[in-house]
Amino acid sequence: MAGKAATEELELIELGGGRGPRDAGFGRDDAGAPLVPQRIYFTGIWLALAAILMFFMGLTSSFVVRKGLSGDWVAFSFPRILWLNTTILLLSSVTIERARRALLRDEVAGFHRWWRITTALGLGFLAGQVVAWQELAAAGVYIASNPSSSFFYLLTAAHGIHLLGGLTALLWVGRRPAVAYVRATPLTAVTVSSIYWHFMDGLWVFLVLLLFLGR
Amino acid sequence: MAAHAHPVVHEAPKGFIRKYIFSTDHKIIGIQYYLLALFSVFIGIILSLLMRLHLIAPNVELPFFGQMTPEQYLALMTMHGTIMVFFVLTTAPQSGFGNYFLPIQIGAPDMAFPRLNMLSFWVTFAALIVMLAAFFVAGGPGGVAGGAPISGWTAYTPLSAIGPIAGPGLGMGQTLWILSLALFAGASLMGALNFITTTLDLRTKGMSLMRMPLTVWAWFVTAILALLGFAVLLGAGILLLLDRTAGTSFFVPAGLVVSDTQIPHKGGSPLLWQHLFWFFGHPEVYIAILPGMGVTSHVLSTFARKPIFGYRAMVYAIFAIALLGLSVWGHHMFVSGMSPYSALAFSLLTMSIGVPSAIKTFNWIGTLWGGQIRLTTAMLFAIGFVSLFVTGGLSGLFLAQPAVDLPLHDTYFVVGHFHMIMGVAAIFGIFAATYFWFPKMFGRFLNERIGKIHFWITFIGVYAIFMPMHFIGLSGHPRRYADTTAVQFLAQLDPVHTFMTVAAVITGAAQLLFLFNFFWGLWKGEKAPDINPWKATSLEWTVPSPPPHDNFQGRFPTVYRGPYEYSVPGAAEDYTPQNAPDTGQTASRQ
Repeated sequence: MAGKAATEELELIELGGGRGPRDAGFGRDDAGAPLVPQRIYFTGIWLALAAILMFFMGLTSSFVVRKGLSGDWVAFSFPRILWLNTTILLLSSVTIERARRALLRDEVAGFHRWWRITTALGLGFLAGQVVAWQELAAAGVYIASNPSSSFFYLLTAAHGIHLLGGLTALLWVGRRPAVAYVRATPLTAVTVSSIYWHFMDGLWVFLVLLLFLGR
Repeated sequence: MAAHAHPVVHEAPKGFIRKYIFSTDHKIIGIQYYLLALFSVFIGIILSLLMRLHLIAPNVELPFFGQMTPEQYLALMTMHGTIMVFFVLTTAPQSGFGNYFLPIQIGAPDMAFPRLNMLSFWVTFAALIVMLAAFFVAGGPGGVAGGAPISGWTAYTPLSAIGPIAGPGLGMGQTLWILSLALFAGASLMGALNFITTTLDLRTKGMSLMRMPLTVWAWFVTAILALLGFAVLLGAGILLLLDRTAGTSFFVPAGLVVSDTQIPHKGGSPLLWQHLFWFFGHPEVYIAILPGMGVTSHVLSTFARKPIFGYRAMVYAIFAIALLGLSVWGHHMFVSGMSPYSALAFSLLTMSIGVPSAIKTFNWIGTLWGGQIRLTTAMLFAIGFVSLFVTGGLSGLFLAQPAVDLPLHDTYFVVGHFHMIMGVAAIFGIFAATYFWFPKMFGRFLNERIGKIHFWITFIGVYAIFMPMHFIGLSGHPRRYADTTAVQFLAQLDPVHTFMTVAAVITGAAQLLFLFNFFWGLWKGEKAPDINPWKATSLEWTVPSPPPHDNFQGRFPTVYRGPYEYSVPGAAEDYTPQNAPDTGQTASRQ
């Protein structure tokens, strides 16, 4: 029976993505190192970002179409705190990169310091966004007031929720960077989180310009 | 990474709940998806039969439900379409069989992210519960339809955007409908991410891209479409929810008066919803059909005992169909008043999908040509798929032309077209896959005699149901009419409706044969004699039936050849498994 014979001839190899031996299958080796090929986390995060990009592009096209078609678009006074928030978020991209590089050099204390600063900056950004909403609400501008404010609340909230996801990752990774992970190594977790964080940063710059220039 | 002297074998979780309910094993999750689709398809069939019976006897009181109102008819239609498109056609071929067989066919122990996989199933499950809950809320058309919305599976705005004032079921029922689709979109995104990552990163040694079975290619490309399409649907769903609940005006135009009431929205664009919806909705057609194409290629090659004709062309054709499929959404909107230049562009792009589709059809026939054909039930359904794909595809060429689409739009011609291609062709792909892989999944065969009776009734039945729809569509019969008795020229078409309803009842009843075969086969079916009863070449046939927890028990195969080496001259047997080493004398091991 050829099929059975073939089974018997299955040979032990490490999972190799079709390109030859590389990382091994799932689980852990005898030394406790994870056996999952770490590149899945990088592929996974880029795919997630592709989907997130499509999501925001869908909303952006809606913004452009809705503005172009209508005569009811009213500009609102842009909360100035958003520029401060933008600066904070840009700064956090710098600090998360410093944290990652510290980890690359095995400077655990330095990693923790920069990672905590990043987390604080992220929290500061979200707090700033809430202040911006409060300013608008105080001025009587709500989500249903006019299409420009609808998009403002929608896009900032959608970005905020995504950033909250990033913050959760920061807190999770920051709490246990030295602990052996089930599947992802600490460096993978840190790098993947920072890719996501940079993307949220870039996305925000795009959104704030869209909202400001298109308001 | 450390090298290993011994295989790393993973024990399956012990407890019932971890093993069968909240399992992270892709095979269990695949079966869960399949059973979810099986449950959903019977709900969908019952809804369609109720509609068909109403069409031929609009004044008859149904037992338990009473007489059906037009609104109830529309609600049944909405739920039939939604449940079938999402919870059957998207769920079974991709999430069901894709989950089960993609990792095995590429030599991986599981999906890349098993816990995400589990999450995506349970979110899909929650989406189904929320969708079905729409039947049980207040404010709907009542009767058999309960609280279900009446806006169709496309939920066109402003009908779907302004709440209960627009009609029965458009309050809580419509809200639940949108929530359900948002959940479903989220689950599909997680699933797509997993499929793509697994295919790119977890292929075993030697499994180069051009050695992947065409099923894997189809699931992979389908996942790309899902990743791009469902993200936009999710965004659109959020905008619609905001219009309904937060008072925004994304889709609701100014000055809208419904039931003598001025709607307090302004300036929105109903067409914006159509653009967003169809940007997802057209790729969705390919999300439903591409996995069926993969299965058909796989099954045809296996039972013709011939390599697939033009493997590379098949791969490129899948990509071409997907790429073009992303840029043709406007052909659903020819009557929306779009610029004729846009319409021309959408039309040309749409018709050009005929080219890769024809390549695929040609290659399927080329695969059959001169083969030693074994007409198993799986093979019959695969050939049936080709037949339905051609029939449904050709009517697509009519509808792709704006000048022809204008009179045919919203007639039964469209209903016949999409049921042929994305409805029953995709279902035939599911059936082919079920009959083909059942022995691998459960170690037992489905009964072939019952299977063939099931095939012939279903094959003739679906043509009998859906071909006449093209003709009554050509004679101007609008779709979505609950009652045609008051329209004189439609009354003449009543005999055709009667014929289609009789065919639908018979075909629907034949599916009980399948249901019996499926559950009988699980426990009483003839045992598969060995791990490779079809003498097939891909990797799933090199592992036990059902495969162990991590598929290869830590001993991952090395792949030496392409997936369809059948009847290779000089080989001892008429098939050479993908993991058979190159010894200069292929398949000579006894």
